[in-house]
Amino acid sequence: MNSNLGRLTGLTGGLMLALYTGLASAAYRVNFQPPVTRIAGEIYNLHMLMMYVILVIFCIVFGVMFYSIYAHRKSVGHKAAQFHENTTVEIIWTVIPFLILIGIAWPATKTVIDFKDTSNPDITIEATGYQWKWGYDYLKGEGKGISFLSTLTTPQDQIHNLEPKDKHYLLEVDNPMVVPVGKKVRVLTTAEDVIHSFWVPAFGIKQDAFPGFVRDTWFRADKEGTYRGQCAELCGKNHGFMPIVVKVVSQEEYTQWVAEQKKKASALAEDPNKQWTLADLQARGAKVYAANCAACHQATGKGLPPTFPALDGSKIATGDKAAHINRVLNGKPGTAMVAFGKQLSDTDIAAVITYERNAWGNKTGDMVQPAEVKAARK
Amino acid sequence: MSAVIDTHGHGHAAEHGDHAHPPSGLMRWVTTTNHKDIGTMYLWFAFTMLLIGGVLALTIRAELFEPGLQIVTPEFFNQLTTMHGLIMVFGAIMPAFVGFANWQIPMMIGAPDMAFARMNNWSFWLLPVAGSLLIASFFVPGGAPAAGWTMYAPLSIQMGPGMDLSIFALHIMGASSIMGSINIITTILNMRAPGMTLMKMPMFVWTWLITAYLLIAVMPVLAGAITMTLTDRHFGTSFFNAAGGGDPVMFQHIFWFFGHPEVYIMILPAFGIISQVIPAFARKPLFGYASMVYATSSIAILSFIVWAHHMFTVGLPTAGLLFFMYSTMLIAVPTGVKVFNWLATMWRGSMTFETPMLFAVGFLFVFTMGGFTGLMLAIMPVDVQLQDTYYVVAHFHYVLVAGSLFAIFAGTYFWIPKWTGRMYDETLGKWHFWLSIVFFNITFFPMHFLGLAGMPRRVPDYASQFTNFNQISSVGAFGFGLSQLLFLYIVLKCSVFGKGEKAPARPWEGADTLEWTHLPSPAPYHSFHEQPEVK
Repeated sequence: MNSNLGRLTGLTGGLMLALYTGLASAAYRVNFQPPVTRIAGEIYNLHMLMMYVILVIFCIVFGVMFYSIYAHRKSVGHKAAQFHENTTVEIIWTVIPFLILIGIAWPATKTVIDFKDTSNPDITIEATGYQWKWGYDYLKGEGKGISFLSTLTTPQDQIHNLEPKDKHYLLEVDNPMVVPVGKKVRVLTTAEDVIHSFWVPAFGIKQDAFPGFVRDTWFRADKEGTYRGQCAELCGKNHGFMPIVVKVVSQEEYTQWVAEQKKKASALAEDPNKQWTLADLQARGAKVYAANCAACHQATGKGLPPTFPALDGSKIATGDKAAHINRVLNGKPGTAMVAFGKQLSDTDIAAVITYERNAWGNKTGDMVQPAEVKAARK
Repeated sequence: MSAVIDTHGHGHAAEHGDHAHPPSGLMRWVTTTNHKDIGTMYLWFAFTMLLIGGVLALTIRAELFEPGLQIVTPEFFNQLTTMHGLIMVFGAIMPAFVGFANWQIPMMIGAPDMAFARMNNWSFWLLPVAGSLLIASFFVPGGAPAAGWTMYAPLSIQMGPGMDLSIFALHIMGASSIMGSINIITTILNMRAPGMTLMKMPMFVWTWLITAYLLIAVMPVLAGAITMTLTDRHFGTSFFNAAGGGDPVMFQHIFWFFGHPEVYIMILPAFGIISQVIPAFARKPLFGYASMVYATSSIAILSFIVWAHHMFTVGLPTAGLLFFMYSTMLIAVPTGVKVFNWLATMWRGSMTFETPMLFAVGFLFVFTMGGFTGLMLAIMPVDVQLQDTYYVVAHFHYVLVAGSLFAIFAGTYFWIPKWTGRMYDETLGKWHFWLSIVFFNITFFPMHFLGLAGMPRRVPDYASQFTNFNQISSVGAFGFGLSQLLFLYIVLKCSVFGKGEKAPARPWEGADTLEWTHLPSPAPYHSFHEQPEVK
């Protein structure tokens, strides 16, 4: 976006002018994103109510202060009074704020109760946080059984300023979550490795996702559209690169989308007993590696030791095949190496292991067939 | 700020001590048990850490000047945010207030020194060790910890050996804080001048008494949390690992049971300083002294029952959310009382605006804005939108920088004539204030908007719509950072270089505590050999 203009105004110190002229544009948004759920609307209103209360208090308190600074200066000859106690005013300025707080607590309490009511959903989706992508499993309701991963699609070249940035820079994914408009969607959150947080500002929801625990939240989107959020809990180096995109579509479109997903899933179901050639496995493995492994172990296979060890020349990637399969399937507890067995198909795991055993300096010539991976799963 | 090197104070009438002369040169500082020397070292240590933490912050702001990755890698960025937080909280703000306590508490209560003078030396000298460990973590394989200053498990379990160094550093700093607190409490309770009842103590002494109790209560809790992290990392325990029957949320409960009182540990002494400065320059006694004491105590007590407001998005039950929302909102009441009392102190006073007063009024104005956003964040549904966004970053910098740091500046300008015997340069001091407050707001005010619009914190890169406010903020940050060099110059000038107008014993007309009324400027190396009477 007009970053040159922004830089210029920022630098030249015409800050207030920039603020004034820019307030109308999205680049200078000064309030919440437009709410599309009832809860988000309530939050928006609570925030506005609070702002009005705060503004009034601000004006009174600092009106008094600046008047005092103006009038009660030594330089204008004001003599100091010596009063220093008054129980009545102390009680007044204890009780009045207390009453204001009760006035605010009332609507806030109603929203809290509403916010927590995840009962009777039409659709239940589990959102799983991985380092660093989201997985969505449709557990109940229309679309049950659909399951996919959702990864950032912004190219590295844009992140490294080698290409101009897209409109939705950092907020675009390959497979968005798709939900029907007007339906109550319950989102279960969990995580595979560390804590993540599922946050869609336009829906007014943010729910942390914990490894080994399931939490829940809900939304009912009133308007079709594409809504973008991000992981909101520091989860390691690519925390800033795991957005959440939710597409809210009409009921008909949703039904159609569900049908397509099912068809795709059955087409994708591969014969785990198929015998692959080394070249095919390597080609497929390279893609799987780029999408799942390169963030930590790096495209060069050199890793970022000691947290992310090198694969190039590593004992596991050049040693016993079974140990390598086991490590990819089951991960290594207590480290960032997660169990990919749950995320990837037998074919993908076979391919990526084959790739790792033949890429860089690892010229083992080994080949792992999907059937071997299948056998290694208990 | 050096207690100025002189034992010339020995020539002073009050100084017919039979003390042996302390060693000179470096050994003087290593072996000193003098509260003024130790206070000086605390303050210089804090300032050094402030500059280091500031450089980290400026690197962060430089990276965030525009979208994309320009200067640092994402993993190093996370190390920067983590270390900026740890260094500023444990290295800069907390030691600075302990430095004030060391210098001022004995002088304000008419005591000759701190109660445990040797332990005082030990609690200071632990700090450079801890600080070095913390900074050394940048240079071990894998770099400094990158899990945020909150060190949430299980991310902290994934870190390299830098995490262990930081855990040890925090243990040592915790031990230092606990010893410092025991010393402060003992000094205040046992060594007050005859006639100085608790309810006659200067407000600064009161706030530190309460702070010291908070420290003793919660530093062990932090030590527990990070020890569990350590054993989870190396000894196969599973406190925070669900696979072994643990719970990552438990870390957050324990951390914030420490963390919220910690927030008040960093602000109550600031309240104390402001409560000394405002009456001095309004030439009028502090309004509502008793209610200030009660308000400070209420804040301290409430601080133990609000911790889960840092955890509104972890999925607490409804009843829990409501409890923590209400208890958090309650804090606004005593905090409001304090602000109103300060206003009433100013009201119908005879005010002048030397640099300490400017910083105090600046504190009042900007800290209160941080209080307002705190109230906003107390409202659980609103917090859900703002948790872990730049709004929170704005909020806690309004209370920590414009709150604690501005109070530290106010206190330094206020007491530096007493510490060094020299007046600071008033013109430069005013410049320092105006540059600081203007650049502070340019830096942090736009962050409210970023947070509202949905920019998460702790990200090295951001979506393009956040560019403009980030640029404003980065420009402000560099202005703010550079302005602090002016402060360094002003302080060096009257301490190390000993330049500037000679300070009278009581340079501030309205200042009436013992250090002004009973001691010359600079305060002699050993003060109050004979206890003063307080009527």
